[in-house]
Amino acid sequence: MSLLARAPAARLAALVETLGPLPEHDWLRRPETGGVMVRGRMGGTGGAFNLGEMTVTRCALKLADGTVGHAYVQGRDAAHATRAALTDALLQTGRAAEVQGAVIGPLAREAAARRSARAEKAAATKVEFFTMVRGEDA
Amino acid sequence: MYVAVKGGERAIENAHEWLAEERRGDTGIAELSVAQIREQLSLAVNRVMAEGSLYDADLAALAIKQARGDLIEAIFLIRAYRTTLPRIGHSVPVDTGAMACDRRISATFKDLPGGQVLGPTFDYTHRLLDFRLAAEGLASAAPCAPAAEAPMPRVTGMLGRDGLIQEEHDDGAAPRDMTRAPMEYPAGRDLRLQALTRGDEGFVLGMAYSTQRGYGRNHPFVGELRIGAVPVEMEIPELGFAIEIGEVVLTECETVNQFAGSKTEPPQFTRGYGLVFGQTERKAISMALVDRALRWEELGEDNVGAPAQDEEFVLSHSDNIQATGFLEHIKLPHYVDFQSELELVRKLRREAGAEQMREAAE
Repeated sequence: MSLLARAPAARLAALVETLGPLPEHDWLRRPETGGVMVRGRMGGTGGAFNLGEMTVTRCALKLADGTVGHAYVQGRDAAHATRAALTDALLQTGRAAEVQGAVIGPLAREAAARRSARAEKAAATKVEFFTMVRGEDA
Repeated sequence: MYVAVKGGERAIENAHEWLAEERRGDTGIAELSVAQIREQLSLAVNRVMAEGSLYDADLAALAIKQARGDLIEAIFLIRAYRTTLPRIGHSVPVDTGAMACDRRISATFKDLPGGQVLGPTFDYTHRLLDFRLAAEGLASAAPCAPAAEAPMPRVTGMLGRDGLIQEEHDDGAAPRDMTRAPMEYPAGRDLRLQALTRGDEGFVLGMAYSTQRGYGRNHPFVGELRIGAVPVEMEIPELGFAIEIGEVVLTECETVNQFAGSKTEPPQFTRGYGLVFGQTERKAISMALVDRALRWEELGEDNVGAPAQDEEFVLSHSDNIQATGFLEHIKLPHYVDFQSELELVRKLRREAGAEQMREAAE
């Protein structure tokens, strides 16, 4: 669910597309966009305080066989939330391995690649200090 | 006094049409897309998210476009939109110690574990206009280096191990929320930090600068400044556990302040804290300085009467939407108020004139 929440909407759409026609579903909660108050900690480790909100879209649905899928995704994209909930539901059915391979696997690899690409750029800006030899030491 | 007046509808409509045309500018020049603003004016987008108090880069970019680049107007649009959102809940407090740092520097320790990582900074640039940017089609690729997955412990944690810095305690209390209940003073640190993180960058910067110039001096060092993405987790009632619901980029600044001790506290370093949405380091450093200045009472310091030590003064003037709303309303029609003032001044002048006539006659 974490990967689905953070996945780029267009990428999830493209990956879900490869699964073929998606199963019918009934809504338990239609997609709804709202705000979640993000909290921080005073001094980084102390008591909580309210930092500001972020947009989140959530929904819940039920497949014909009764499997329930939930989604909480960042942003305001109802179609994205729907795809995330369908993926979550399918992961609990007999198609779990297929969905794991076609959707979750690529999302995980791509998220890791994005993260390490940034980390590598950051590493290139790491300062290497060297100390000048002073006259009296020479 | 306010009275309803009718009229001016056509003028208002036409003014808004003209505004739209001016916003677009010369139609011979390509139109700016919201995605272009989001990607290429990202620090403006960050400021609008931080002060609009809503993390959504697409909305902030749209607001900047709609506001013709007037960032306070854009923040106003975001604040107005924010009020229409149902509150789904709150996150687990983010763990900034686990941040994937794009930037992490310390002004107090040269050789700290994890190292000094400069990130995409304006620091050490020469502040000379780069005319190559006026030519289009330049794309540069940043150099890469192998990244060690080394932890980056907090500088304040390192000082804390030796007991040299005042400790932070989590009493587990739910923080108060200034968007849900009116501010009351004394506000306490949780509300102060919420107000400062969404406060006007210029105001918070000015307040912080005043402490450096001697109005409530508190000798800050930037113990650590870090910028990067942190996951946001939330407890989901229907699941019964916490999941990640997204990721936000934050700037965190922890200052380490000289402190000789007071009646209640031993000599040790104390802290100021800044945490702001986006890559917003000027704001985060300013926030940390003002946070530290406002802690004078809890640390048993003297109130020297500096503006930055006055919680009510700082918090009730830090919000640029409140400030601009009250300031700009005076340009709206006040015809009836002014008529009564005019009547009053005329009456006083008549009376004063009559008085003079009488004196002259005597």
